[in-house]
Amino acid sequence: MFGKLTLESIPYNEPIIMVTYSFIILIMLSVFGVIFYLKRWQYLWSEWITSVDHKKIAVMYILLAFIMLFRGFTDAIMMRVQQVLASSGNVGFLPPHHYDQIFTAHGVIMIFFVAMPLVIGFMNLVLPLQIGARDVAFPFLNNLSFWLTASAAILINVSLGIGEFAQTGWLAYPPLSEIQYSPGVGVDYWIWSLQLSGIGTTLTAINFLVTVIKMRAPGMTMFKMPVFTWTSLCTNVLILVSFPVLTLTLFLLTLDRYFDFHFFTNDFGGNTMMYVNLIWIWGHPEVYILVLPVFGIFSEIVATFSKKSLFGYNSLIWATIVITILSFIVWLHHFFTMGAGANVNAFFGITTMIISVPTGVKIFNWLFTMYQGRIYMHSSMLWTIGFLITFSVGGMTGVLLSLPAADFVLHNSLFLVAHFHNVIIGGVVFGCFAGLTYWFPKLFGFILDEMWGKRAFWFWVIGFFVAFMPLYILGFMGMTRRLSQNIDPEYHSMLVIAACGSVLIGIGILCQIIQLYVSIKNSRQNIDVTGDPWDGRTLEWSTASPPPVYNFANIPIVKSKDEFWRMKTLQQENILQSCIYSKIFMPKNTGFGFFISFFSLLFSFSAVWHIWWLLLFSLLSIIYLFILKSFKKNDHYIMSIKQIKKIEKNNKTREMHVK
Amino acid sequence: MKKKYFFKILLLIGIVLSLSACQSSLFNPQGHIAIEQRLLILISFFMMLMIVIPVILMTIVFSIKYSFSNKNAKYSPNWDHSKKIEMFIWIIPIFIISCLAVLSWKATYKLEPSRALHSFIKPIKIDVIALDWKWLFIYPDYNIATINQVVFPINTPIVFRITSNSVMNSFFIPSLGSQIYAMAGMEKKLHLIGNVSGSYKGFSANYSGSGFSNMKFRAIVKINNTAFNKWITIVKRSNHSLNTMKMFYYIAQPYHKYDIEYFSSVHNNLFKKVIKRFKNN
Repeated sequence: MFGKLTLESIPYNEPIIMVTYSFIILIMLSVFGVIFYLKRWQYLWSEWITSVDHKKIAVMYILLAFIMLFRGFTDAIMMRVQQVLASSGNVGFLPPHHYDQIFTAHGVIMIFFVAMPLVIGFMNLVLPLQIGARDVAFPFLNNLSFWLTASAAILINVSLGIGEFAQTGWLAYPPLSEIQYSPGVGVDYWIWSLQLSGIGTTLTAINFLVTVIKMRAPGMTMFKMPVFTWTSLCTNVLILVSFPVLTLTLFLLTLDRYFDFHFFTNDFGGNTMMYVNLIWIWGHPEVYILVLPVFGIFSEIVATFSKKSLFGYNSLIWATIVITILSFIVWLHHFFTMGAGANVNAFFGITTMIISVPTGVKIFNWLFTMYQGRIYMHSSMLWTIGFLITFSVGGMTGVLLSLPAADFVLHNSLFLVAHFHNVIIGGVVFGCFAGLTYWFPKLFGFILDEMWGKRAFWFWVIGFFVAFMPLYILGFMGMTRRLSQNIDPEYHSMLVIAACGSVLIGIGILCQIIQLYVSIKNSRQNIDVTGDPWDGRTLEWSTASPPPVYNFANIPIVKSKDEFWRMKTLQQENILQSCIYSKIFMPKNTGFGFFISFFSLLFSFSAVWHIWWLLLFSLLSIIYLFILKSFKKNDHYIMSIKQIKKIEKNNKTREMHVK
Repeated sequence: MKKKYFFKILLLIGIVLSLSACQSSLFNPQGHIAIEQRLLILISFFMMLMIVIPVILMTIVFSIKYSFSNKNAKYSPNWDHSKKIEMFIWIIPIFIISCLAVLSWKATYKLEPSRALHSFIKPIKIDVIALDWKWLFIYPDYNIATINQVVFPINTPIVFRITSNSVMNSFFIPSLGSQIYAMAGMEKKLHLIGNVSGSYKGFSANYSGSGFSNMKFRAIVKINNTAFNKWITIVKRSNHSLNTMKMFYYIAQPYHKYDIEYFSSVHNNLFKKVIKRFKNN
């Protein structure tokens, strides 16, 4: 009746998991309790869950990312502590089968449920505003994409308390991930949460690509778009071309596990090397998907806080395009040691090295933006400077690893682990924190507390170096990754330093939580009245904070890049505030995205546990909902001129022109 | 005052880390291959520093010099391109990367694992089978086998043939050089040599399941052929033998921690048979 699911699937005899899970359930119940008490269910449903507004969806993505960051970071601390204990003669507190789930979950959560939602959240928030559009091209699809991602996140959290997670590493190489060596449900949970979120992400890419191509404000030619828009465009091209490979590869693995196929098994003609190739053909573009938008964020911040136009705009754009293309011909550098031979290894080694050139050019462009500027050391700028230094180190170690002969002794060592954390934390994480500080006022109408923001930065950047520089050393000392028992005592001192570093990072996260609390408390003193708190250069700063639901009452006509700056310089902001309005067609909220995702979650859960009747029922429900949705005719409402006038007047009376 | 302290502490930390690195396996190579790899890492590291150090310096100097509070610094709000600077920032990285590319290309061919080593000394063949979670070493020419210990004489090129009986592993002796994946149904060749006598750690460098942490072995380089032959005779005195496939399947069962074991005789062509297992089903 319930497939493989029984009461024994709940890990009663694992105290750590039971305590953690009870804690999670307790928090969930408290949150629900608070919502009930404040009678806000209706508000949550109509204002947030069913919203198709890109700004609200952005908030939900970013919130999801921070919630999952908490779990991913806890995994990290647990791993650091276990390694400290295991390198000093202790058995530690995590037996291998638990530790191995933790490092797998850590990777999956950080990439798919922290970094991706953060990056997509920012693209959601900023892209339409920067191109002068009212929303994305397909608002319903946007909502659906979010809820699919959220369902995937829920699925992976369910795996903690019901069943187990994969014990294979975040990419689940076969034959270890095949049914013979992983007979449990762990790998199935892995497959379905990646499939769900992957579909959501692919839909987002289609959405954003059409938005950029079709919905730019009149006059905004491609080379007048802000850099963040450009990097988002390239990112979405990467997603569109690479995610289908992930979807397919997961599907082939599913066929192997569910229907006794032999794509990647050891026997009957299967080839595990095929999986490794396919998964990295997706995997390498994936890391550029994470880092390109962040390059865009830094470009915006550097120009704004150096009070100077961005140096080498054309060069930056072409460098981005080159990186996009090149990222598809480097994937083999993830497995030089699989023995493809010198011809193949040498080719991919060279292409990998070439990619560092446009990246280096971008760094120089940012530096020369700072050169002869007037730099205001806002915390966003601090994150940027932290990025410039940290990412350069990470990039250097990447080039080192790109030499196949060097990789032969460094592959899968802690040197590799340090490298990719270096570029992801120094690049993606720092970038998202910078972007958060930068665009928070636009989203919520008040500014984040600077003091706590600066403190968070210092703890993060020092903590990062203390946590990961020892890992580089450990790589040189010959320590490999994913160890949990009987670790050579000579590694102990470096592991202790690394653990201290992770504690420092934890304090940094604490500072950010405090920052949020203090900012909300003091929000009244820090209201962003003008909509342009940083004297920005691009169109999103021409709207109120937060912008009205339709973004722009009158779509601007764009004459140059950094259009808002041009308008301010010529004191033409008033054009945006002309009082001649016309009706605006806005998309209605819809619950279809939520329900389709709910049944997708049910589908995935029943697939994991082989509950075939529930699987069929969920599938049919999804199809039914889609058909129902397609017959819905009135999914728009009209904002009347009267309503628009009222909103604009309200925003104006809050504004006091400072210029 | 605070800045001075900060940089002093940074320097101290740097020294401590560097000293630790000096004791590392990778910087104390004990074989020819590993020696070449260390050189490669050091050369490319210093070449990269030629870009990274100026970048970090520029970041710090620009942030201080062009800070808002420094009203003396030149301010050019609309200066946003310069053909000369563009040329510089494309050409210099292209140049350094080109040099590195030549280095990389040459080294990739020279240190290709399947490439035989030039030596007047006759190579010794050792077959390696990755099991759950231990390493089986077969000496086909000596008709002996061992678990979790591989021994060979100094300055003798070793030809490893590597496969796995289950999941993917990676055969790695850091002090001696390259690693290579061990995959079922496939044979990978690795050529290594030990030029200093000693006992070196070896392990799997690719996660392979719950016993992975204990999948360690020792690689012992004997000081001369006499010592090596003496070891062979010790192995040949062992009570255990690996003569049948049945015995092989018995030891291939998953064990979480396996000690060193010696086998005084080995089933004929065991290595090829283990590969064929996965090809002929």
